[in-house]
Parts: sequence; C-alpha cells; structure tokens
Amino acid sequence: MDQYIDIKVRVWRQAGPKAQGHFETYELKHVFQGASFLEMIDILNEQLVAEHKDPVTYDHDCREGICGMCSMYVNGHPHGPDSAITTCQLHMRKFKDGETITVEPWRSRAFPVIKDLMVDRGAYDKIMQAGGFVSVNTGGVPDANAIPIPKPVADEAMDAASCIGCGACAAACKNGSAMLFVSAKVSQLALLPQGKVEAAARAKAMVAKMDELGFGNCTNTGACAAECPKSVSLANIARLNREFLCAKFQD
Amino acid sequence: MANKEEILDAAKKVAVKAAEAALDVAGKVLDKAAEALEDAKEAQQAEAPKAEAPKAEAKPAAKKEAKVITPKDAKIPEGPLELKWTNYKNHQKLVNPANKRRLDVIVVGTGLAGASAAASLAEMGFNVLNFCIQDSPRRAHSIAAQGGINAAKNYQNDGDSVYRLYYDTIKGGDYRAREANVYRLAEVSNNIIDQCVAQGVPFAREYGGLLDNRSFGGAQVSRTFYAKGQTGQQLLLGAYSALSRQIGKGKVKMYTRYEMLDIVMIADENGEKRARGIIARNLVTGRIERFFAHAVVVGSGGYGNTFFLSTNAMASNGSAAMQMYRHGAYFANPCYAQIHPTCIPKHGDFQSKLTLMSESLRNDGRIWVPKKLEDAKLLQAGKIKGRDIPEEDRDYYLERRYPAFGNLVPRDVASRAAKERCDKGYGVNNTGLAVFLDFSDAIQRLGKDVVAQKYGNLFQMYEKIVDENPYENPMMIFPAIHYTMGGIWVDYELQTSVKGLFCIGEANFSDHGANRLGASALMQGLADGYFVLPYTIQNYLADQIGVPRMSTDLPEFAEAEKAVQEKINKLMAIQGKRSVDSIHKELGLIMWDFVGMGRTAEGLKEGIKKIDAIKKEFWTNVYIPGEANSLNNELEKALRLADFIEIGRLMAVDALHREESCGGHFREEYQTPEGEALRQDDKFSYVGCWKYTGEDSEPELIKEPLDYEFTERKTRNYKN
Ligand SMILES: Cc1cc2nc3c(=O)[nH]c(=O)nc-3n(C[C@H](O)[C@H](O)[C@H](O)COP(=O)(O)OP(=O)(O)OC[C@H]3O[C@@H](n4cnc5c(N)ncnc54)[C@H](O)[C@@H]3O)c2cc1C
Ligand code: SF4
Ligand code: FES
Repeated sequence: MDQYIDIKVRVWRQAGPKAQGHFETYELKHVFQGASFLEMIDILNEQLVAEHKDPVTYDHDCREGICGMCSMYVNGHPHGPDSAITTCQLHMRKFKDGETITVEPWRSRAFPVIKDLMVDRGAYDKIMQAGGFVSVNTGGVPDANAIPIPKPVADEAMDAASCIGCGACAAACKNGSAMLFVSAKVSQLALLPQGKVEAAARAKAMVAKMDELGFGNCTNTGACAAECPKSVSLANIARLNREFLCAKFQD
Repeated sequence: MANKEEILDAAKKVAVKAAEAALDVAGKVLDKAAEALEDAKEAQQAEAPKAEAPKAEAKPAAKKEAKVITPKDAKIPEGPLELKWTNYKNHQKLVNPANKRRLDVIVVGTGLAGASAAASLAEMGFNVLNFCIQDSPRRAHSIAAQGGINAAKNYQNDGDSVYRLYYDTIKGGDYRAREANVYRLAEVSNNIIDQCVAQGVPFAREYGGLLDNRSFGGAQVSRTFYAKGQTGQQLLLGAYSALSRQIGKGKVKMYTRYEMLDIVMIADENGEKRARGIIARNLVTGRIERFFAHAVVVGSGGYGNTFFLSTNAMASNGSAAMQMYRHGAYFANPCYAQIHPTCIPKHGDFQSKLTLMSESLRNDGRIWVPKKLEDAKLLQAGKIKGRDIPEEDRDYYLERRYPAFGNLVPRDVASRAAKERCDKGYGVNNTGLAVFLDFSDAIQRLGKDVVAQKYGNLFQMYEKIVDENPYENPMMIFPAIHYTMGGIWVDYELQTSVKGLFCIGEANFSDHGANRLGASALMQGLADGYFVLPYTIQNYLADQIGVPRMSTDLPEFAEAEKAVQEKINKLMAIQGKRSVDSIHKELGLIMWDFVGMGRTAEGLKEGIKKIDAIKKEFWTNVYIPGEANSLNNELEKALRLADFIEIGRLMAVDALHREESCGGHFREEYQTPEGEALRQDDKFSYVGCWKYTGEDSEPELIKEPLDYEFTERKTRNYKN
C-alpha cells in the first residue's frame, strides 16, 4: 500500500546555458507514494514559489509517457530506476522514506542545458529533417490497401516507430551517440514498402546529419536500449548498419 | 438511392417509436405526449426535406433580438449534400505557383491539424511560418491520442459508407452540427487513411496483410483504423515527417518554444480589418516578437484544461481562441465539452492531470457496479475486491439500459450512466467515484495473450499509475473532461468571422455538434489540415496576391506588442500570495461542480458568481516569481489561466442560455423520465455564437440556425 514518505531532493540548478550549474538539496515532507515523480516536483515548486524562490524548470507535457518531453536523469538513470517508462510515469512508490533522490538534466554534448533540467533537443528534429520521411506530397496517393504488408512486418515497423524522441538513448550513451533514435526511424521506414524506395539514401542522410551535429560514434555498449522508455530494440541499429553499408556500396 | 430509403425507413421507425413513447407516458405526463407527437410530425416532414429549406431564413427573421448567420454567411455551397464539396472545389479561386511563393501563411500549432496544414501548404508552394509551444513539433498534444481514427472505407464489408459515417457523426453530435461540413468530413476521411499509409504510418494489419479495424462508440460498423494504442502518435509522426521534409527544404520556418500572445489586425484599403500577423513570446528568452503573414491559421487545440484536471496535456490551453475571440471571431457553443467515461479516477489533491483509458477498451471490457449497496460499501471500505463479487450480483448497467449498443454507447451517455450509479452510492473505490471496467470475460474468451496484444500498453499504463494488475482485478474508471466540441466559429471555408483568420482542428467548433464520437477528432484534425484548409484558404489568398509583404514596424504591430507587454507587466506587478496552480485548481473544482456533467440554471448562476470571484482573486492576489524577460514557466501558466477564467465564464453563460439537454450538455431540468437528454429542437436548434463586446461586458449572442435539410432529426436511441 502507498504510504507518506519524507525525502530529500538533490536537484541540478543552472540559471542559463552559459551559467555555472550546481546541486541544491531540498527537503520534502509527507509526500504520498501514489503521486507521480513530476507531481512530486510540482509540490517542490509550490513550496519554492511560496518561499518566493525560483521554481525548478523542467520539460513535461502529456504526463502519460508519449510526448517525449520529460527528460530527467534520476538517481543516475535517464527516466529513473524503473524500466520501460518515462519520468512522468515514474511514481513515488519506487522510493523509500528518508531517501535522497538526485535529479539531473540529460547530459550530452548535443543537448545543451537551457535552464535547470531543461535541455535543447533540437538536434533530433534536425536529423529528422535530413531524411526521416517518405517523399510524398498530400494527395494523389494509392488506396491504403493497394499494397498488402505482412502483419509481422507491420508489427515490427510499429515497434520501431514507438520511439518518442526523448533523447534518453543519447543521454545514456557514454559516447553520446544517437544511433538508437536514428535507427528506429530508418528501420520503421525501411521495413515498409512505402519507405523502402528511399531506404539507403535516408540512412546515409540521417547518419551524416547525426555526425555533423556532434553526436558520438556507436560502440555497441547497449546502454541506450537498456534505458529506452519504449524498449526500442538494438536490432534496429543492426538494420541501420545494413542500410548504411548498402548506401555506401551504391556510391 | 440508399440514402433516401434510409431516411424513409428511419422516419418510419421514429414515427413508431414516438408513438410508443407517447403511449408510455401519456398516462403520467400530458405534455410529454405532445412532444412525442411533435417528433412524429417532424419525422413525417422528413419525407420532403427540401420544403423545409426556405424556413432557414424565414424563421430567425421573426425573432428580432438575436442576429442571425445564414447559410450564405456560412458560405455553404449550393446543391445536394453529396455534391457540395465537389461543387465548391470546381468553382473556388486558386492561386498560381508563382504567386504562392509571394504569399506567407502563419500556422499556429503543430498538432494533427497544424502540422498537416503547414506541410500541405508548403508543398503547394506557400511560405509557411509554423509555431508551437513545445520544444519540437512532434510533441503537440495530438501525440497522446490512443484509440484510433475513423474512415468510411468499408474494408470490413459491414455496410459502411460515406453516408453512414456522416449520419453517425450527425446523430452522435445530437443534431447540433452543420450538415454540409460533416458530410465533407466523411467524404475526405478515406483520403486520410491513404495519405497516412503512403507516409509510412504503421497501422495495425490482419494476417492477410490488409488493414485491420476496430469498433468505437456510437457506431455499429468497424471503421476505426489504429496503430496499437498509439494512433495519435503515429498519425502525428506522419504529419511531423511531412512537416520536417518541408522545414528541411526551407519552405516552412519552424518556431518551437514560441507562444502566440496576440493576433495583429491591419485594415485594408476599404477599412476592413484583416489578420496580418501575430505577436509571440519566445519562451526561452522571454522576448516578445512580431511576425507578418498574409493570413493566419490557428490550430491550437481544445480548452478542456479550463477544468484544471483533464486528459489534456499540461500546455493545452484556450488562449489562442480567446485572442481570436477578442478580435471579433465568434466563440461557438462553448458549453459543449466532452466528458470521457473511461479515465483513471482522481487519487489526491496534488494530482496534476487525469489519464485516459482508451475507448477501444470498451470493445472487450464490460462496465459494471455491484447490484447490492452493501457490496458497494465493502468495496469503498477496501474490505473486498471487484473479483470477489459473484456474477449474479453485478449490474452491467450499460448492457441493461442500452441493449443495442451495450458498452459501446456514445461517451456522453456512458459518462452520465456512471455518474448516475455513483450518485446512488454504487461507486467502487474509496471516494465512491469509480465504476469497474472488467476484462475477465474477454480473457476467458480470447486468452490473456490476445488481450495483452490488443491492450497491453494501456494495461501497463494503468498498472504503473494505480499499482494494481488489471488482468487480475477489474480496472476502476471514472469520467473526466477530455475534449471540447465548442470552439471558434468558422464558415465552410474554415475562416472565422475575422477576415484572413482561419481556425482548424479541435480549436474550431465545426463538425462534432454537441458530442464527438470516438476516433473522429483525429479524422477532423487531419481532414482540416490535409484536405480542406489548403484548398479553401486559396479562395481567400487569391484576392491577396497584390498585397505586398508588410513591415512589422507598422504601428499596428507596435500597438499589439505594447498591449501584450502591458498585460504581462500588470501580471508581474501583482506580487500577491497565491500560486497560479492553486487558483487554477480552484477554478477547476468550480467548473466540475457547477458547469460539469449535470448542469442546472441555479447551479450555473452560482458558478458564474464564483468564477467572477476567482477572476478578482487572480488579478489581485496571484504571485509570479522571476522576470518577464526570461524563461518563466509561472508567467506562461498565469497568462493561460487568465484566459481559462474567461472561457470558464463563457462556458457557464452559454450553458445557462441553452435550456435543453443535448450531447455533452446536460441540463438536469431537461431529461426524459428515464434520465436521457431531452433536446428542445423548436428553441435551440442553432449554433450559439458569442461575440466579444469588451472586457467585463456581457457577450452578444448570434445564432446560426441549424435547419436540417437532408437529415431527419430524431431522439438518439441506443437501446434498440
Ligand atoms: C488522451 C487523449 C486521447 C485521445 N484519443 C483520441 C482518439 O483515439 N481518437 C480521436 O479521434 N481523438 C482522440 N483524442 C482527441 C484528439 O487527440 C485531439 O482532439 C486532437 O489531437 C487535437 O488536435 P489539434 O491539432 O487540433 O490540436 P493539438 O494537438 O492540441 O495541438 C495544439 C498545438 O497548438 C500549439 N499551441 C497552442 N496554443 C498556442 C499558442 N498560443 N502559440 C503557439 N502554439 C500554440 C501547441 O503547441 C500544439 O502544437 C484524444 C485526446 C486525448 C486528450
Ligand atoms: S530510441 Fe528510446 S531513448 Fe531514444 S529517443 Fe527513442 S524512445 Fe527515447
Ligand atoms: S511528459 Fe510526455 S512523455 Fe513524459
């Protein structure tokens, strides 16, 4: 059963992109374990506002694990210690009375801190703009059932497509590589007949953009998939490598 | 044509039903019988629908008080229903490619509506400036839609058609939507599915490789396309990929973490004011910036967060709508809000939002409460669990009351039925505000694996929040605010009553009447953005090709910016004692108690008084920390709350004026003896459009009569 607990929250505070950051520790009493992690941060912020202090800035929106906005490093793990969930789906029942919880922003060269726990993940959008699409315009497309797609293939594409673009993969990676994110999109589209036509060119364009934006190289440590809230599989990286080789071969 | 036959057939059924109903109650209430007769009369008239058409203009002319919007004002094209859209497209003005390059369009929002519009307009050759609050266009609230999207493909060969989708939508909306718009929506629904598949949206498929469908409330066919429980995500990522392609090409300039704070109006040579740009705040730097465009399109989503607790995302807001409203765009049917029956019940005061459990769960889940009050008491005390109650002591109240649709009745009906049981004391959790959604039958019938495959991610979500395993014990659910059918009034071209200002997606009022059917919001958002607006806006822009790009140094821009700055300064200067959220929570409670599921004249009047008091409290006692000219979340929330307070009041005013029950708007004074909604078609068959008349002055009511030319109006019946 959920109880009330007293905790300490050790939060990264950083006034702006160029400012020097530091940890600040706050005490929170009587927090219900049924509250979500972000609701706990809300309670902390209410407390800070009441004391006329600056509340902790952090990204969040849907609060149900789908928008990919929330992005906290909790006790050394992106999205916290629980598996296959986002920070907003984490609940206080995962923490014990008296515990000190450390909260940091994503730390990755390609994701500069904007303020406190909020980072700039614009680099992921740029990678998508480089090739994460099928080149079709609105209108003039064939009937949706014109090309049957085997269910296992459609299901595999769906699994790859479930990536929420949160950035935990790059944040978890010691090299700061975005391979899991990029490979998920490349895989989804390469699996489907609609996206297959451009598969090799897409892989090349997206990887080139990723390198250009300062993401590191993939050395197959697997940290990304272990921390990914949507359990996006490492098999996607293998598929990306195949598409990428294919593209090189064509050159 | 099947069309006519169906109407005739339906007309006969209604006549019989009306007569039966009359017999039923004649003994008890005389005037009820008279109403039933009215219904029967209406049903007969439906045989000659055309004869009713001229009444459209004649009727309102008799009433002097309220101004009236005619079908001509609403730009509804001539001709039979199924040819209107074709006729429109055949005759509308277009813009040639060279001129498109010279025209700028601002699109506010990157949800399904905004992203699809921005991408499509850019593909056509317009220059697009696209804005969103989130750090990426992919994170708009549409991403959270779970269940699916409707289309009239009839892939299942179960008798679906464009007409049937049209008819279900009109009926589901309780006959409070515009016929021509809804028909067009049904017509383009099939193009949407084609488009999404071409983009690589991984819809669910059958073993043969063709697309799979599921059923949603308010329909007797399976027409809902889905991608696991993440349909909104996949559709939005499709639109986002199309948008990304255009951003990459430089045809769309994307502004993330920007919030529009006002629309800039500039008069043309005839003195007519037109939307020519926006004022937006850069949420990272706090800077106020100016942007020009030849036209402004707003796809800013719904205003459900007026209630504080809703299924909407945290940044969903009604401020863009209020900005349009203050510039003279009518706010239509603000009181039509949808309360979704299957959400996870509230668990504490610190709660920040409510989580939806997709309607698709009602395909296989059965809703019940105990038959015996003593069992309910034990559940409320936590002494027993749902699974301890034997089958014969369970009341599957939806199946009992609505045998024909059972657990798949429309949302408003399901929500009210849950409230009715809980009000009578049969609620099943510690607050007494929950009912069961039970999968034990489905698990027995299909096996746990199949259930897990269909709903696994929803079950996981439930378990993470509630800490209980829904495979073993029935889920607990309760209604919550979910969607707003009301919104900014638009004509057939999706243009507001302000020239050059367009409104798409949930932000407009157009297609769902008084109640939206499940899986139809995604359909409408994408219909507006991919297939309607990119056409209709050209009819406007064709006349603007001679208008040069204007400088944002014009006095109109400077004044608009100044007004925004002053409002911010005023808020920052209050330095009171209350946090923004604490006031918003208070507003939410008032909305739920007085403007919620069961409304009364008395309650609404009381609610308005309380909202006025909240407004005063907000403007004298709110505390916003930090600086205005830097990143400041509390200021963002305060600006939104200022508008939620106004919307809340407008909802109450509209609800008070609408003396009938229809769809999501339930006035307790107007119900049948069985507790079903009772429309007053003779008095309220119109769109209630509110016109802004100034700060703290009552808005003016303008009516757009809804004369059903092609469809016969009936009492919604989901029983048989
Ligand atoms: C949990 C949930 C599940 C749902 N499931 C379904 C379903 O299964 N099927 C279905 O048909 N419908 C469903 N709906 C409804 C549907 O998702 C929404 O109605 C629809 O997605 C709204 O799309 P939109 O494009 O109009 O607005 P939104 O997706 O809300 O997008 C609004 C956009 O406007 C931007 N914005 C707002 N204000 C400003 C401003 N002032 N300045 C700049 N930008 C601004 C936001 O940043 C955002 O980009 C669901 C809704 C919820 C809450
Ligand atoms: S792959 Fe996983 S961790 Fe990486 S962005 Fe996608 S969802 Fe997040
Ligand atoms: S807030 Fe949307 S995923 Fe966490």
